[in-house]
Amino acid sequence: MAFSFSIYDFTSFTQWIDKSLYAAMPPFWALIVEMVIIGIVFLGFYALLGLFLVYAERKICAFMQCRVGPNRVGPFGFIQTIADLIKLLLKELIFIKNADKILFNVAPFIVIIVSFLAIAAIPFAKGLHAMDFNIGVFYIMAVSSMGVIGVLLAGWSSNNKYSLIGAMRSGAQIVSYELSVGLSLITIVVLAGSMQLSTIVEGQRDLWFIFKGHIPAIIAFIVFLIASTAETNRGPFDLAEAESELTAGFHTEYSGIRFAFFFLAEYMNMFLVASIAATVFWGGWMPLHINGFTGFNHVMDFIPPIFWFFGKSFFIMWIMMWFKWTFPRLRIDQLLTLEWKYLLPINLVNVLLMALIVLMGWHF
Amino acid sequence: MNVVEYISGILKGVKSLLIGMKVTGSYFFRPWKIVTQQYPENRKKDVKWFYFLPLWKAHGKDTPAERKQIVMLERFKGELIMPHNEKNEHKCTGCGICEMNCPNGTIEIISIQLTTEDGKKKRAIDKHIYRMGMCTFCGLCVKTCPSDALAFTNTFEHAVFNRTKLNKVLNKEGSTLMKGVE
Repeated sequence: MAFSFSIYDFTSFTQWIDKSLYAAMPPFWALIVEMVIIGIVFLGFYALLGLFLVYAERKICAFMQCRVGPNRVGPFGFIQTIADLIKLLLKELIFIKNADKILFNVAPFIVIIVSFLAIAAIPFAKGLHAMDFNIGVFYIMAVSSMGVIGVLLAGWSSNNKYSLIGAMRSGAQIVSYELSVGLSLITIVVLAGSMQLSTIVEGQRDLWFIFKGHIPAIIAFIVFLIASTAETNRGPFDLAEAESELTAGFHTEYSGIRFAFFFLAEYMNMFLVASIAATVFWGGWMPLHINGFTGFNHVMDFIPPIFWFFGKSFFIMWIMMWFKWTFPRLRIDQLLTLEWKYLLPINLVNVLLMALIVLMGWHF
Repeated sequence: MNVVEYISGILKGVKSLLIGMKVTGSYFFRPWKIVTQQYPENRKKDVKWFYFLPLWKAHGKDTPAERKQIVMLERFKGELIMPHNEKNEHKCTGCGICEMNCPNGTIEIISIQLTTEDGKKKRAIDKHIYRMGMCTFCGLCVKTCPSDALAFTNTFEHAVFNRTKLNKVLNKEGSTLMKGVE
């Protein structure tokens, strides 16, 4: 198969890699090599994205607070996060005498692996999709909710009261908000009629779901944004680490690169949540198409899908940073009130409304 | 809690959250509102400012050159001095009130006995020693000085390589007491 590469459609490129690997070696080894390639690509992507997101967050929050942000290391402070990474890599790994050694060491990896598992199902562009499950939305939900195990284990094994309180808070928080995340995604699954992420993206060819499903879709998006922020343990829901109350919460006892794993996982989860929101509500890599406006649709098609995907994801991450750096942290009872008394009932009514709209054909 | 209260509570909450987001969001898009001053750069006026965004240049009223130069306030207590006039005269009589009032023992006055023209013995300062390394800049010495001989300047860059360099003699070489100050 001849080599061909197009930024608009990665299918032929990935097919070319696949075909040439299978032609070069036995099927088993070809599969292994493919897996390794995908793993390395995701690792590199993670490292770069993590560095970039930490920098972006620091800069964005600085601007929102009338500050300049990092600006000493390199032009615009670009190299700041690289310097931070080098510092974290060189730092001593402190072993806690009375910690549960195995769990203490395993916990950061669980948190990282969970976000790795979930990102495999995200469609980045046409044909750039590691694993297209027919239950993609369900898979992402199921996998990403395991992240709390890492947090709980970290808090428990540290043998420290602050860590334990942080972990317990995180447990209560994630168990509650998981419901809202799931239900708000189900609202869109009802509209899309599929859980497969590639089908969901294709279904938005004529119009993105947030516009297609109008009122219930917008409500679902807002609920998803709130609940998923809570699920990633980010402010204003960062009770699990609440630095003003619990020093650093569940990762108080972690140092060096193991701390960096938690730190990286927070940003990865934020990217993950933003990319799910972009895919499910805002069309993923699908350009903005409006049914009937052929000329407009053609113009939109000139922007490559991968830019659409990252543009949407970064915009949603910007919104998440925006409210992280605006709102004060909730108390644990306020947090649970928000979920059980407000988000969950609204969500249930919303699913019902969406089902009605789909049945009556009132969507665009 | 009835239904009306429930829904109006939600709307009120959303409204107040949006007001908060409006504040931070508007700051995000107006980077010339940044209040941080860049310290080593803002000492000199002509230094090339590191423009983060061209927006800063575009905003006419609050130009970067104006905000760049550091402005130290008059009343900032940076360093204790003894003001001398152009005839190299100061107002310190060597009474030692500042030395007694200093909570840290920062000030030490070494006085000498002078004989005036009409044969009277009179106390004058030989050295007014100020150890800045021990000073908390409380200002009690300035406040209690009966002849207003001491003052604070607003200089603030006192870093030195050796602690002994912080010990200063406030009265200048060959200075005398100002006429009319007793």
